[in-house]
Amino acid sequence: MALLEVDSVDVFYGRVRALQGVSIKVDEGEIVALIGSNGAGKTTTLRTISGLVRPARGAVRLAGKPIHTMGAEQIARMGIGHAPEGRRLFARMTVQENLDMGAYSRRDGAKIRHDFAWVYSLFPRLAERRRQLAGSLSGGEQQMVAIGRALMSRPRVLLLDEPSLGLAPILVDAIFDVIREINGEGTTILLIEQNALIALHTAARAYVLETGSVTLAGPASELLASADVQRAYLGM
Amino acid sequence: MSAATGSAVRGRRPAPRVRRRLRLGMSQGQFLGVLTAVFLILLLLMVVQDGAATAGNEVWRGLVLGAIYALIAVGYTLVYGIIELINFAHGDVFTMSAFYSVFLAGIPGVQEGFFKRFLGFDINHLASSGPGGLILALLIIFPIAMTLAGLTGVVIERVAYRRLRDAPRLAPLITAVGVSFLLEGIMFAFFVPPAPPGQPGLGTPGAAYPTGEDGWIPTTHVLLNIGGSHGVVIGANDTMVIVIALVAMFALAGFIRYSRTGKAMRASAQNRDAAQLCGININRTISATFFLGSALAAVGGVVYAMHYHTITWNQGYQFGLIAFTAAVLGGIGNIVGAGIGGFLIGLVEAFTVTLIPNGGSWALIVVFAVLILVLTLQPTGLLGMRVPDRA
Ligand SMILES: Nc1ncnc2c1ncn2[C@@H]1O[C@H](COP(=O)(O)OP(=O)(O)OP(=O)(O)O)[C@@H](O)[C@H]1O
Ligand SMILES: [Mg+2]
Repeated sequence: MALLEVDSVDVFYGRVRALQGVSIKVDEGEIVALIGSNGAGKTTTLRTISGLVRPARGAVRLAGKPIHTMGAEQIARMGIGHAPEGRRLFARMTVQENLDMGAYSRRDGAKIRHDFAWVYSLFPRLAERRRQLAGSLSGGEQQMVAIGRALMSRPRVLLLDEPSLGLAPILVDAIFDVIREINGEGTTILLIEQNALIALHTAARAYVLETGSVTLAGPASELLASADVQRAYLGM
Repeated sequence: MSAATGSAVRGRRPAPRVRRRLRLGMSQGQFLGVLTAVFLILLLLMVVQDGAATAGNEVWRGLVLGAIYALIAVGYTLVYGIIELINFAHGDVFTMSAFYSVFLAGIPGVQEGFFKRFLGFDINHLASSGPGGLILALLIIFPIAMTLAGLTGVVIERVAYRRLRDAPRLAPLITAVGVSFLLEGIMFAFFVPPAPPGQPGLGTPGAAYPTGEDGWIPTTHVLLNIGGSHGVVIGANDTMVIVIALVAMFALAGFIRYSRTGKAMRASAQNRDAAQLCGININRTISATFFLGSALAAVGGVVYAMHYHTITWNQGYQFGLIAFTAAVLGGIGNIVGAGIGGFLIGLVEAFTVTLIPNGGSWALIVVFAVLILVLTLQPTGLLGMRVPDRA
């Protein structure tokens, strides 16, 4: 059984259909990538998983348990961490407080302290800036806080929406190193990435979304070799 | 759509030309400097006109009133911060809490209080039995009145505002005005008995006590005379108002800063979606915000009843607007700003009363002129949000 399963989901914004019959499976311990052009519905898929939008049809299941009827905060507590598009930090709170909020629903104080140390070791830059207001950080630093905040909940599944957006190439590589490291420590990851090349090199499997539907799915290596993908997303 | 994104979008839209020309665009430091200068000049004028002792007494009176404005202003700012609603009913929650305290303690010789009637315990007697008894009585009446007012606020949000949370902003605003009328109607119906004058107690609804009559702390009890017997009189009753207000506001500020719920309140105010993704229950957090804001207003309501001995069923309208001005002056959304703004508006009233002939009738005009000036010239107030919201 897949750890996370999106099953034939339709999503509407008002009358506009954003997703149609989308099905995605993520197994325990995997990195799965979601690629597709602007407006394809990638963000909407992640927002549906974490309960910020409700599917009109279909189901989302975590370890077999339906979660699409729950509130977003309940879903977060069930073990889904989400670093959303546009980072969405608490701008007038410090880096430390932002991370604190990530651990909001946890009560295991000793482990939380351990995880702070862990996140700061993943992103040493944040350790230096822990008392700085998040709104005054650079874009790359903000991205680190967004990922760190999602990690502080110790999620079973981590959803990352364009973690490399707006970052210098060297930082992109650094962030993806961290993503692999997080995954190596046992966190399952579902990842949206505009840079299809780096996404397909990081993920084990990938889905291609086009205008609200999955048009292609398979092992990353196969998609890398696919002529369609090469033409549409790799610019070859 | 979160508050933060909403304001970012609004911020990007070019401001209408007229507004841009009017804005002063001062930094917070400059604004603070200008305010300080203006206040010092007015103070000087007062001293020159009426002498130091009178000026000092008026300033002190202004600060006492300002403490109450500050307590109310905090509730405005808290609620605005989290749901961007100007809760026009808030001033009436303040009045209601004053009535709650009267309901609890009663008015000796006029109306039996809840404690006496149902528990056989005379809290007014306890309060007048010495300093220890007074403190004990305060420790009894404050938490109860605050809880009742807090629940009032929670119910108002639950019944009237919650389902309008995603509606166009005018809808909850008008609803708030409606709730205000509703509360005033309720108070008029339930709390306006004819009150014979000259009775000590917490306060008398609807009728003014002749001066010189006392609540729990005799107005004649003077703590300190600055500058001799014709100098500035620091009364015990006044001091109690200010001390209680400061304690309550510092406690609240600490709660917001350090407690789990306080952090959840700030997080929800800054980015609702992200707060939910962190596992924060938005409804519960908003309820907590209304509870705390209303409880602080209740601190103001109870000290008001004790200090001024007169509660009028519709005074919340005026108090609410004045406290709202204080919140705007301090920078709407900023708790410390609301506190400072309250005291400043109290001073503005003191200046008005002394510097303008027959100034009492000008007080409201001046306060609302301040509101308009701040809104047009320096809408972020003293401590409003200046940190980039871009995250
Ligand atoms: N809040 C909204 N209201 C109305 N329509 C929306 C809303 N959010 C997204 N949409 C629409 O839904 C579709 C899918 O949007 P989504 O944000 O999921 O795309 P995406 O694949 O993440 O794109 P991008 O790569 O640009 O981030 C788009 O057509 C978008 O215009
Ligand atoms: Mg997107």
